[in-house]
Amino acid sequence: MYAFVNGPFLWIAFCVFIAGSLWQIAALLIRSRRTDRVFYDHADAGAAAASVFVWLVPFASRGWREHPGTTAITFVFHVCLIALPLFALGHTVTLDYSFGLGWPNLPDSLVDALTLVFLAAAAALLVRRMVLPQVRIVTGPADYLLWAVTVLPFLSSYLAANELLLPPDTMLLIHVLAGGVMLICLPFTRLAHAFLFFFTRSFIGSEFARRGTKTW
Amino acid sequence: MTENTPAKPVDAAKIREILARNDTARLRMWLKACTSCGLCSESCFFYLTNEKKPEFMPQYKVRQTLGEILRHKGEVSREFMEEAKEIAWGRCTMCRRCSQYCPFGIDIAVMIHIARQCLRSQDVCPERLMNIDQSYLDTGNQMNMSDEDFIETCEWMAEEGQETIKGLEIPIDREDCELMFIVNAREPKYYPQDIQMAAQVFAVAGETWTMPGHGWEATNLSMFSGNLAVAAKVAQNVYDAATRLKAKKICVTECGHAYRAAKYEGPYWTKQPGGLPPVPVTHAVAVYHDYVKSGRIKLKHRFEEPITYQDPCNLSRSGDLAGKGLELLRMIATDVRPMSPNAEYGHCCCGGGGFIPMGPDYKKRRMVAGKFKADQIRATGAKYVLVPCHNCTDQIGDLNKEYDLGIKIVSFKEVLCELMEIPPHLIVDGEAE
Repeated sequence: MYAFVNGPFLWIAFCVFIAGSLWQIAALLIRSRRTDRVFYDHADAGAAAASVFVWLVPFASRGWREHPGTTAITFVFHVCLIALPLFALGHTVTLDYSFGLGWPNLPDSLVDALTLVFLAAAAALLVRRMVLPQVRIVTGPADYLLWAVTVLPFLSSYLAANELLLPPDTMLLIHVLAGGVMLICLPFTRLAHAFLFFFTRSFIGSEFARRGTKTW
Repeated sequence: MTENTPAKPVDAAKIREILARNDTARLRMWLKACTSCGLCSESCFFYLTNEKKPEFMPQYKVRQTLGEILRHKGEVSREFMEEAKEIAWGRCTMCRRCSQYCPFGIDIAVMIHIARQCLRSQDVCPERLMNIDQSYLDTGNQMNMSDEDFIETCEWMAEEGQETIKGLEIPIDREDCELMFIVNAREPKYYPQDIQMAAQVFAVAGETWTMPGHGWEATNLSMFSGNLAVAAKVAQNVYDAATRLKAKKICVTECGHAYRAAKYEGPYWTKQPGGLPPVPVTHAVAVYHDYVKSGRIKLKHRFEEPITYQDPCNLSRSGDLAGKGLELLRMIATDVRPMSPNAEYGHCCCGGGGFIPMGPDYKKRRMVAGKFKADQIRATGAKYVLVPCHNCTDQIGDLNKEYDLGIKIVSFKEVLCELMEIPPHLIVDGEAE
């Protein structure tokens, strides 16, 4: 079991994640040549880039500024979500060991603390979703499921590192499984916003720029 | 066409055809990327003015209309469509402010527009908008006016205007002009003075201009009814007139959606190469701005009463005139008090998206949702509101009565006619300066 999860399963997960994402992007780009003439007719690289960049920086867009609380939590959540897997010692060591790829890692104590910060932010987003009527009304079971899919890898890593709840080896197995599931889900669910963001923002930035207007 | 037999079956194939036509890469991305974060809610004046009821938040409105149509692949019931109609027309003006607040930049109003197209294909649409579609087909304009009546009105207005401006002309079908001016049919029908005032401004600026004897209608309310076949015809009328008269530019009257339709959407409905109109489209606001800035029109004095500026969504957000409108007002008035927020972030007054022509059935909602604009205007303390759009004018007029704002609504041409210096050769003989 352990060998399978850490071996073939992880390979499959990464392949599905990368190939699935590339396939999704390619399919959209190919389709757009036929159906989205309005974009190519007036494509404005500067406005598209600005429209992406400004929404990647906390409080840089008008929309972020008008919702300071949600903005802060959203950025904390996403920064941790991306940084922790990249710089956790367990991951960098594995990469180094398997492929000879190495980059610096964050100290364990910091990773531990940031994981807690991440879990707190995730909890806050969940509470927001359940409490605010205008968010609750557009929330369905899939949204909760995807929340769980995203949170489980982090929760399990924290529990494993701190030897809580289950034996660390079992918890680590859950952690790897959960991480793989998240990667597999990403291209095919709403989690695809991770890469679609760049395309939707580019489009709207360009589309509003042809009207002399900004979207940030 | 207006008879709605209750048992009329739903033509799902026709809906699917519309869905297929709109099955773009961008729509696919929008449907997939939305994380239901709810950040669009507070951008919407319908939501803000309806006690923040969640049913009024933009994404929910798309879910309940286009979302359901997509989910059922067009196989929807008449009951569903009646409910969807009340959302797609009664709770959204397609002002597009929500797309500026969506972290993904999802163009939510465009999705409502697709829903409107689907519903319109089944004759589910506010009655008066469907009648207007028919009027465009019958006469080429929204008010069933004949071209003869239009030309007669222009002649009458020119003659009457000669009491103010020597030799005032409203040239019809003159070729090779700088501007081909097109108007909202309600100008010749109900407010012919508007055409006369525009003619005075053009005369004083020394413009070479004309109006087409056919294709003079600037509005395109079929954009809002969702009948894009008619919308394309209306846009094509204008392009054909400009091409026929070899005009350098098409100049749209002080009307918001007409500019958006002719300049930005029309080229796609009529399949113009490069997505550009065959003759460049400009707007009265931009033209007047140029006159005043360049000194072609000189002012006797500036407007002194406190005045604010209404940004029509289709000029300031879906069009490129947010800056020029306010700048022109600042050139001609001393006490300008902008609303907050304004320019491309301005709120819709609830007159747009077809709401005004939708008539009395929708007036109550219009007054409720218009409260945001009424409060904005009141907060400026202005006594006048400069409104360069016919639908905004009607709506703010109604808001003025409903909320006792005590304001006066004016257009640029009106104010310019008051303030501009008439050059000596245009002063009527015997009129002492």
